[in-house]
Amino acid sequence: MGRYFRRKLLIYGVTFFIAVTINFAIPRLMPGDPVARMLTRNKVANVESSEAMRVYFTDLFGLDVPLWQQYLNYWAALFKGDLGVSVFAFPSPVTSIILDALPYTLGLLLPSILLSWFVGNSLGAVAARSKWLDNTALPASYLLTAVPYMWLAILLAWVGGVILGWFPVAGGYSFALRPSFTWVFIVDLFHHWVLPFLSLFLVALGGWAIGMRNLVIYELESDYSNYLQALGAPRRLVRRYAFRNAMLPQISGLALQLGVVVGGALVTEVVFAYPGLGSLLLNAIQNQDFFLLQGILLFIVIGVLLFNFLADVVYVLVDPRTRLGLEGGVS
Amino acid sequence: MTTDVMLTADTVGQRRENLYFALRNPKVLIGLTIVVGLALLGVIGPFFLSATPNEYIGPKSEAPSADHWLGTTYFGQDVFTQFVHGLRSSYLVGSLGGLIAFVIGMSVGFTAGYRGGLVDEFLNMLTNVVLVLPALAVLIVISSYLEVRGVISQAVIIGLFSWPWVARAVRAQTFTLRNRDYVDLAKLTGKRPGQIIMREIMPNMASYLLMSVILLFGGAILFAAMLDFIGMGPSNSVSLGSMMQQAMAWSSLHLGLWWWFVPPGAAITLIVGGLYITNVGLDEVFNPKLREK
Repeated sequence: MGRYFRRKLLIYGVTFFIAVTINFAIPRLMPGDPVARMLTRNKVANVESSEAMRVYFTDLFGLDVPLWQQYLNYWAALFKGDLGVSVFAFPSPVTSIILDALPYTLGLLLPSILLSWFVGNSLGAVAARSKWLDNTALPASYLLTAVPYMWLAILLAWVGGVILGWFPVAGGYSFALRPSFTWVFIVDLFHHWVLPFLSLFLVALGGWAIGMRNLVIYELESDYSNYLQALGAPRRLVRRYAFRNAMLPQISGLALQLGVVVGGALVTEVVFAYPGLGSLLLNAIQNQDFFLLQGILLFIVIGVLLFNFLADVVYVLVDPRTRLGLEGGVS
Repeated sequence: MTTDVMLTADTVGQRRENLYFALRNPKVLIGLTIVVGLALLGVIGPFFLSATPNEYIGPKSEAPSADHWLGTTYFGQDVFTQFVHGLRSSYLVGSLGGLIAFVIGMSVGFTAGYRGGLVDEFLNMLTNVVLVLPALAVLIVISSYLEVRGVISQAVIIGLFSWPWVARAVRAQTFTLRNRDYVDLAKLTGKRPGQIIMREIMPNMASYLLMSVILLFGGAILFAAMLDFIGMGPSNSVSLGSMMQQAMAWSSLHLGLWWWFVPPGAAITLIVGGLYITNVGLDEVFNPKLREK
């Protein structure tokens, strides 16, 4: 078990290091000078003030020291939780802006990931049993996995929001309300949450159902299933063993799928103008707010790594073989 | 010499057999019809349309009619023209991005699996790292720094970040194949590693490789659509994702211009869904166990 975790932690550590390095390198490697771009954006015509601003921005970006020192400074600032100052919401620090938006994204992501995993797996396991369900649920699942996240979100907003008028189409809560711990606000929050949640939930659902169905069928054809059946074990029992074995790849699949679902959440939030990281990202792009952009990327990477690690822990709890250092769960 | 002739006859026979079953598999047929049909529309369509996609040609916000098959946008652009051009760029990004990812994934997988040892440790680590990185977020950040974004550059960066699962699977398969007798024999006859991989190992997983190309193709189309929707698409050109972005930006939802945002998403769903269905069908073709059902 120790070896398994050491290996995983090493991979996550390296990933984090690389992500931070990418974050550091992109603005410096890309063609074009970020400072010059900031200046053109501010449309400064006066030569003197332009020069003053250049000095100011160069100092702000910390570009006036050698590259290796910039890199070290970057890490040092990072560990102090300092991701720079946002341009678009000047002068709030990037960290606090992201921390404000984070609860909305987590509130969408966690329920949709966990519920779609749970429902999808149950659906897939049932579909593997019944011919009728297999013929209806499987094509629907394939369709759902092929749908681009934002399109399903747009359709839901159009049907549920505009045509039927059941749900609000945009925002995280009504503009008339202020965030507070009152029933009115919580109900309103939930009301705005339904459609974005639903679109994330539905797209992910299909993939889990297909995966589980295939895995259960595969397990039911394996030797131990045949043996159990030959012994005269009840079908329910055999199914249960197959289901539990098929569960393992789905748990590691959960971690692998995470990056995709996070991407989906970003575009879904953009569709619904939901005040999470996705909308923040769009704002950062439109305002060329590079500190904010990089801060968001870093938060997403950290979140994904943490979640991956959690999935590993769950895997060890579920699969006794990894605990005993036997086969299975090898990275 | 006779055995040689027999061997080639054998492989040709097997290829014919696969083709025979592929052309009689309803899933493959349906999937391919959708994918190829839309591809033809995207490739041939623009030649029959006089307008360029962003030209203002007609009345504003008009519903679909005989003149404008998919209606017009809020600004009076023809949606069908945009749609056809968008299909073209989607297929271009999908095939190029998928191909780049496939080549990287295959090279990494084969090298890691065949060499083993330290090389494998390193490449496996690299694969796992890229696998964990949230691709879309990284792609958005990289694209936002590109001054001029084109279809090609978009395909390249998509390709650079979507190969890991292929590398992983190819590596695992190569592991099981590299100690077979015929590979040892090839080594004894002094073939170079590259040749052994190409001639002895690759043909044994050809079906698998074909299926991963298809999945990568679909994945790249989805990625491109999401990037375009965020506004990180190619500048100065129309794609299915950017159509949806424009539709959302000019509140087509509230104006009820459904013909503006429904077709592009439906096309992506059809293409990617068609690719998935083809894949399931091909699985049945290559795996006789699944065939008899």
